[in-house]
Amino acid sequence: MSVFLQPEGRIDIRGLSISLGEGSAAFEAVQGLDCLIEPGQFVCILGPSGCGKSTLLGALAGHLQPRDGSLKVDGAPVSGPSPQRGMVFQQHTLFPWRTVRDNIAFGLKMRGIGKAERDKAADEILALVGLEGFAERWPDQLSGGMQQRVEIARVLVNRPRLLLMDEPFGALDALTRLNMQELLLDIWTRIRTTVVFVTHDIDEALFLADRLLVMSTRPGRIIEDLRLDFPRPRTTELVTSHEFSRLKRHCLELLRHEDGRQLPRLNPLGLPPENKLPRFAL
Amino acid sequence: MYGSFNRWLPRAASLLLCLLFWQLAASHHWNLGLVTFANVPTPLAVIEAALGLGDSGKLARHLGSSLSRVFAGYLAALVIGVALGLAIGRSKWAEDLLLPPLEVLRPIPAVAWIPLAILMFPSSELSMVFITFTGALFPILLNTVHGVEGVDPRLIASAKSLGAGRRAMLLEVILPGAAPSIITGLSIGMGTSWFCLVTAEMISGQYGIGYYTWESYTIQNYPDIVVGMLLIGVLGMGSSLLIKRLGGVFTPWHRPRGKA
Repeated sequence: MSVFLQPEGRIDIRGLSISLGEGSAAFEAVQGLDCLIEPGQFVCILGPSGCGKSTLLGALAGHLQPRDGSLKVDGAPVSGPSPQRGMVFQQHTLFPWRTVRDNIAFGLKMRGIGKAERDKAADEILALVGLEGFAERWPDQLSGGMQQRVEIARVLVNRPRLLLMDEPFGALDALTRLNMQELLLDIWTRIRTTVVFVTHDIDEALFLADRLLVMSTRPGRIIEDLRLDFPRPRTTELVTSHEFSRLKRHCLELLRHEDGRQLPRLNPLGLPPENKLPRFAL
Repeated sequence: MYGSFNRWLPRAASLLLCLLFWQLAASHHWNLGLVTFANVPTPLAVIEAALGLGDSGKLARHLGSSLSRVFAGYLAALVIGVALGLAIGRSKWAEDLLLPPLEVLRPIPAVAWIPLAILMFPSSELSMVFITFTGALFPILLNTVHGVEGVDPRLIASAKSLGAGRRAMLLEVILPGAAPSIITGLSIGMGTSWFCLVTAEMISGQYGIGYYTWESYTIQNYPDIVVGMLLIGVLGMGSSLLIKRLGGVFTPWHRPRGKA
């Protein structure tokens, strides 16, 4: 690393609109978004279900194309998925046919790095997420929290400019969730990358973020942009502090105001999959 | 824990009971109204016939001919079925182009292929291989398509995000993702391939278990028919088991939990 390098991971969103669905069923998931995110910032996006926050994340990852406006990372327009922009889904997407180590090393393998070197790098990252000794396991043999740690490790091994997280701890139990939040902050202090973290949990957002963007219900627009100056390292005591409660009330007000109708959940790949009927009997 | 020995006991007992029923029904010429055992050979007669076949020295040639036909047809079905299945599962274009004719060919039974097979292939050996091929192709093809389409789109998206190109996507994500389904298809295809053997070997002039069975029928040698039937059953079961075991070796992650 050189001090002369510009810090990487600046996100520049201008007039961004994304539409989902086809034909008459098409709709605007997000509309006219403007936002500038500094390199190394930890940004949480908070919003009601179906508001398009995951859609925005999908566009940042390169899985969804903007209908209008521009989306740039370090000055270059996002034109498709890239290891520079790592994505963590709510449910893990580890390859069941690869061991934990081979899952983590996958990105390095795709870059043509030799086996010995990528195994070494994988083991280092595995230690960083606190899973030494699990390298040989199959993903199915791990608990939900461990699977998410491997998922994060698999993305971080590529040294991404952006870490995009779509409710990554949403499916975990409360205690594991707290542990994972602290772990994530710990990792983030060591591997400084821009984090965009989508959640609908106010506590989680306030606990993690430098900056909190609150989105309106569909079509998603940014209705609040908060700086959170709680000192780091943060511990769970923070959530009982007066200032934390005040901000939480504020966010609750905003969300309650927006919570007019229930919308189906969107995901970073677009719309939830329809149940397709099999085309032939086997 | 339910010991494996405890499970083999009822399995063996079940086979023995079937044999006992067969012996009783055949030796007493039971007539059950809809079905009669009056002319069915007894297990003992079948064992004698089997020993006779062993003594005649032709068993090895019969087995050799049949095995080589089944495996040649099966191997061709494996290569073509998996390749077509991957193409159809991955591309709408390939699906529209390839699936309609295949769906028309699929319901055609092996017997119906005999005349055309004889006309189309220069040697009878090749036509027999072709018929075992038609038997194995469709289970393999359809299970491959099914497996490929079943791969989680989120896994594909993740692989793209991690830098996988087209080739890596196919080899590292699609193929292993579809592997359990492909192996099911391969195992079913093995069975149907044997299933078509008697049909295929109707064309044969001399050797093959199917030929032996068909020949015994035309000369009304009933115990020999049963020997042929049982041989096909045992060989079919054995090779299906073999495929399952091999499949298990290639998909270690797909094993039931708790077993290392």
